Amino acid sequence: MKPFDYQRATDADSAISLVSGDPEARYIGGGTNLVDHMKLGIAEPGKLVDITRLPYDSVESLPDGRVRIGATVRNSDLAAEPVIRQRYPVLAQALLSGASGQLRNLATTGGNLLQRTRCSYFQDVTTPCNKREPGSGCSALEGWNRHHAVLGASERCVATHPSDMAVALAALDADVLVEGPDGQRTVPVTELHRLPGDEPERDTVLRHGELVTAVELPSLPFASRSRYRKVRDRASFAFALVSVAAAVELVEGTITDVRIALGGLAHKPWRATEAERVLRGAPATEETFRAAADAELAAARTLRDNEFKVPMTRNTLASVLRELTRQEGS
Amino acid sequence: MDSEITLWVDGRRETLSVDTRTTLLDALRERLGVTSPKKGCDHGQCGACTVLLDGRRATSCLTFAVANDESEVVTAEGLAEGDEPHPVQRALLENDGFQCGYCTPGQVCSAVGMLDEVKSGWPSYVTEDLDESVELDEDEIRERMSGNLCRCGAYANIVTAIREAAE
Repeated sequence: MKPFDYQRATDADSAISLVSGDPEARYIGGGTNLVDHMKLGIAEPGKLVDITRLPYDSVESLPDGRVRIGATVRNSDLAAEPVIRQRYPVLAQALLSGASGQLRNLATTGGNLLQRTRCSYFQDVTTPCNKREPGSGCSALEGWNRHHAVLGASERCVATHPSDMAVALAALDADVLVEGPDGQRTVPVTELHRLPGDEPERDTVLRHGELVTAVELPSLPFASRSRYRKVRDRASFAFALVSVAAAVELVEGTITDVRIALGGLAHKPWRATEAERVLRGAPATEETFRAAADAELAAARTLRDNEFKVPMTRNTLASVLRELTRQEGS
Repeated sequence: MDSEITLWVDGRRETLSVDTRTTLLDALRERLGVTSPKKGCDHGQCGACTVLLDGRRATSCLTFAVANDESEVVTAEGLAEGDEPHPVQRALLENDGFQCGYCTPGQVCSAVGMLDEVKSGWPSYVTEDLDESVELDEDEIRERMSGNLCRCGAYANIVTAIREAAE
């Protein structure tokens, strides 16, 4: 591992100036992804600025009904937070489906959003990877691509985003609060992560030195009826093959409003706007659920090893919608 | 680049100078001679390095020692009261909850941390109702302990031991 300087930030301004003034500097939160990348040789920062002691470690209910989650709130604490369990169960479940108990105790909200793909070629410095080394090629296109993307991929990169939490946040229309050398800005979480296109090395729209300070959830009352389901190769402690985050508002058997995001399918948490369009105003029937899934998956392009993701997504989405609408009716 | 840090390890205060690249696991094992946390995968995937860090279970291989200045670390060695093993340790002994023993210190720390989480009412992914208190059945234990692998496959008795320790 390359030697690096370590500094603990005491306030956001000094953290931002320490990182923005040095192209080799990086923020570090819980470290569960970055420390691993440094061991693997994927990341070689010259300076780490530790932000875990900045005052971003609380979850606040705001007067307008929104909930603000500080960027350094640990994944385990967020999942256990009563307001999250009651008002946004999809988010609690997504967090609890990710990693392991000991990793969730370290991992932060901001770090979870910014974790990088677990594509095995990205993580193996001996193989070509356009995300790790732009222009070197994509080993997954013709390689072992069972875990890879079926939506929104490019010829340069077929990696998937690994976060469960971010899928729930995408369904909830969360906002990401960012501070940088040029001031503050708010980025909808659905616009934080990019599709790979010609620049797969860029996971997000953040610029060097920008710091995620919080995530805000909209009030969204019907999110109290929401759910996250994750399908994976083993029952626990594995990344998603496919996952579904959904919230449904049901009035007398009709879906009046709905939010859906899909995980394991794309370079970013995939907000299923086509499926939502089909469902909104439609009766909560199996036919509707299947039509919604088909509408979303019409654009799917599969690789040699991941064709199964299309029917798996269709079945998982239908199953989650069935469960959410049955709950409401009973 | 070196940095001076202080750690409280199993009740002892330790001050040491560490290269910033040293993980907490390596500081414990290589610098302080505290070898109960084990290096299995060194990537956070096996749980053999689990310690209680400021009271919470954590993988010591994925955090730099320098980031844990002034932290309190409790390893499996520090859980006993004198000659009396911790109830989780005793339950593992009595239920044959290990074979080679390499993953055991991590299993012990993880189980102790996990039981505290249950006491605090934390749900898991298999908890049906997020509003209800948790009943620690076998599914709950298996889900909550999934960050600790046992290559001997002693899981059945580990689960039994943890159930017993929880009572």
